[in-house]
Amino acid sequence: MMDFITIMKNDLMLVAIIFLLLFIKLGKGIKNDTLLSIIQLLLLINFVAGFFMNDDYTAFDNMYQTSPVIAFQKSILSLGVYLISLLFSGWLRKSENLTEFFILMLSALLGMFLLLSSSNFLMFYLSLELATIPVAAMANFDLQKKISSEAAMKMILSSAFSSGILLFGISILYGITGTISFAALPALLNGSPIQIMVLVFLFSAFAFKLSIVPFHLWTADVYEGSPFATTSFLSVISKGAIAFVLVSTLYKVFQPMHGVWYTIITVLAIITMIIGNLFALRQQNIKRFLAFSSIAQVGFILVGISSNDSVKGLSSVMYFVLIYVFSNLAAFGVAETIAIYSGKENIGDYNGLYQNNKFLSWVLALALFSLAGIPPTAGFFGKLFLITAGAAKANFAFITIAALNMIVSLYYYLRVVRSVFMDKGETVVEKIPIQPAVKFGLIICGAGIIVTGLWSWVYDYVVGLL
Amino acid sequence: MNLLLLLAAPLLTAIAVLLLRNKQQIRWAAFIGSTIQLALAFNLYATYKSARAAGQTTNFIFEKQYNWFPDWNISLHFGVDGIAIAMILLTAFVVIAGVLVSWNVEKMTKEFYFLLILLSFGAYGFFISLDLFVLFFFLEIAVIPKYLLIGIWGSGKKEYSANKLAVMLMGGSALVLVGLLGTYFGSGTKSFDLLQLSSVHIPAHVQSICFPLLFVGFGVFTALFPFHTWVPDGHSSAPTAGSMFLAGISMKLGGYGCLRVAAYIMPDGAKEYANIIIVLSSIAILYGAFATMMQKDLKYINAYSSISHCGFVLLGIGMLTKVSMTGAVMQMVSHGLMTALFFAVIGMVYERTHTRQVDEMGGLLKVMPFISTVLFIVGLCSLGLPGLSGFVAEMTIFVGSWENVDNFHRIATVAACLSIVVTAVYILRAVGKTAMGPMKESYAGLTDARWNERLAAIILIVGILAIGLAPFWMNDLLR
Repeated sequence: MMDFITIMKNDLMLVAIIFLLLFIKLGKGIKNDTLLSIIQLLLLINFVAGFFMNDDYTAFDNMYQTSPVIAFQKSILSLGVYLISLLFSGWLRKSENLTEFFILMLSALLGMFLLLSSSNFLMFYLSLELATIPVAAMANFDLQKKISSEAAMKMILSSAFSSGILLFGISILYGITGTISFAALPALLNGSPIQIMVLVFLFSAFAFKLSIVPFHLWTADVYEGSPFATTSFLSVISKGAIAFVLVSTLYKVFQPMHGVWYTIITVLAIITMIIGNLFALRQQNIKRFLAFSSIAQVGFILVGISSNDSVKGLSSVMYFVLIYVFSNLAAFGVAETIAIYSGKENIGDYNGLYQNNKFLSWVLALALFSLAGIPPTAGFFGKLFLITAGAAKANFAFITIAALNMIVSLYYYLRVVRSVFMDKGETVVEKIPIQPAVKFGLIICGAGIIVTGLWSWVYDYVVGLL
Repeated sequence: MNLLLLLAAPLLTAIAVLLLRNKQQIRWAAFIGSTIQLALAFNLYATYKSARAAGQTTNFIFEKQYNWFPDWNISLHFGVDGIAIAMILLTAFVVIAGVLVSWNVEKMTKEFYFLLILLSFGAYGFFISLDLFVLFFFLEIAVIPKYLLIGIWGSGKKEYSANKLAVMLMGGSALVLVGLLGTYFGSGTKSFDLLQLSSVHIPAHVQSICFPLLFVGFGVFTALFPFHTWVPDGHSSAPTAGSMFLAGISMKLGGYGCLRVAAYIMPDGAKEYANIIIVLSSIAILYGAFATMMQKDLKYINAYSSISHCGFVLLGIGMLTKVSMTGAVMQMVSHGLMTALFFAVIGMVYERTHTRQVDEMGGLLKVMPFISTVLFIVGLCSLGLPGLSGFVAEMTIFVGSWENVDNFHRIATVAACLSIVVTAVYILRAVGKTAMGPMKESYAGLTDARWNERLAAIILIVGILAIGLAPFWMNDLLR
């Protein structure tokens, strides 16, 4: 029994927090500021607790499994959610529905935790739904804005569609193999045409969530319409979780068919990087810009996944997602701080930002350089390890395309840096006040961007788990 | 000597610059920091000489290896040989001169010096790295400072130039990256270590794919034709110290990388592609020289002539003889010092006359004797006057090239020699027009160089003379 509690501590703690919030909502209510601090503290505890007492374990008749690797993946997600609660506290504390927002976000996070731990396609499907539906509600949280409702609508429709495809794939899989357990499946897979069809169906569901081209069409609109906190949750936490699950599904369950999915992944990675990069070139809105850039980043993750190396491939993906949490959240945090003060979210509005807002500008620049993969930021190492892992397959045309895409991405990231540091706006951007919690969050992100890369201990730790 | 000191000095200087508030203090901190770097570089040279005299015969000495990402077989492996020391000396000279000539940068002084020092940090790290991954890391570290230096403190169409430079150099890095990965997996060692890679024989088919990738990738940095187009824009838009660093240090990163690849890792690949390198570098030499003749702007003149001069570096490497490669290194050092000095002088002139157009100037010798004299010296060095460094370096390359007896190499050598005549034409015309002739009346009240500018110029001239008058020590170092 004690095993059960220590091993499932992260999942259970989330449940506890969700219920706590429900009761608070039912009662007289607490002031937003206090409540937010409590939540931040609880999330921090949840994050820290994730590092202790992890072991290989299965429960519920092999429906639930965990291991140090899975626990670390959960910790990355917890860290991301903790950072979100810090970075967007300016918006959150003004929100009338703070409790609901956190209930939804933590439910989605719980869904992702269970998703990571699932070892059966039934559990997998249920937790994937739990991870998706609350996010659609979160997308609608700017209640006064029509565009926000539009985003929620698009999100729910497209994810319902992808769930349908997923379920279809799972049911065919059950029909031909008679099992949906991850452990039993590999022995039954042989790459027959119908199994390839199953793989394609399952993969397209993943591709929807990860917004891999050509399943990316919902991304930019949903990102633009949703409030910043939801957008960043979608683009960082949700993507990270799905990427982890994709790796484990492909490497473990579909290992016998790796020849098939290797082809799928290389082709999609190339298209994803190219389309994501080309569309990012012309975006004016920072959210849409980051949406397309995150599509391109997913293309890079696919390069790492294509290695089919359960040590190098998985470790580089985990390492990259960790870095991506820091870099992308920092960029969103800065954009949110500016948007909440001036209501502006176009890149052109950042002209001359550096003059009065040195801290924000440097954090933004660090984040963008990290996304572009320029040293000394961690993004350099993250991208390089992904590419190196992918290069082990000796498919050099593929690697060259990936490397060339780094040039294109540098160009558009520099566009933002340029407007912050070089361009002169018609009006000087005033000094934007930064709340202490936000500043703390940005400092963590900035430090993370530097330290995660240069200090190789972090990477060694990730590898040590495998 | 512990090579980490070379990294610690700029790093500490950068931190000091960040912590200080007063502009004057920042300048002095940067100056003191760069003096320490120069002292360290000299110390390195002295200890190297004594270590060699004591009978150290390994290729690289002062080797140190620290674990860094052991899972990928990456380690912070440092070590130097004569070539690296020559480049480190060059870097130290250019850095101190760059810091001095930027003394009166008033706009965002702290950031300016911070980026400048970060750039030098990248250069030192690059020259002492023996692990190709670490080398690549330091190569790319300089991208941010270069971009921001040009974009913020530059002039003219600076945003365009900064973008062009960053994207083109990133393109070079991408090629280097693919080449490195090919070497990593293709060599069978799964290692980025230079010594390890040079000790195994990399299969021929890997060399014939990876050598061009690496060479062209590094070549972009050193203005390999036809990837030279970032040079004129980047150099002419950058602030004075930025141009000095770009032409003096940054372009040398590429040359150094090409040399390491051609001489150490993939000698077979180098043989296979030598003729193409020679053709491209000869084109660069001649094209650069003729293009310079058409320029009216002093900075463009120096930028295009840099393409021509860096062509000599690649020519020396492509000729594949020991002497020509020695000449290539000499040319890198010589060109680094000379072009840094040239840009420094151009900056001084521009600050006073507010123009860089040759046609609009005249008679500067009367009002600014010091600056004009330096301009003469640097011009003469550029056209290869004996006694100055340019002559020694180019002469060595030609001698080395002539060791190849077939017609192809001979023709290329002769073609490259011809460019010297063209160089003489444009240099003499530019220098003559600006410094001599009737003085413009509006220039009457202009002042000569200040102490910091004088010091910067003198430091660089000392370097040029040290190679030009006594090339033996340099030759010894590179042997």
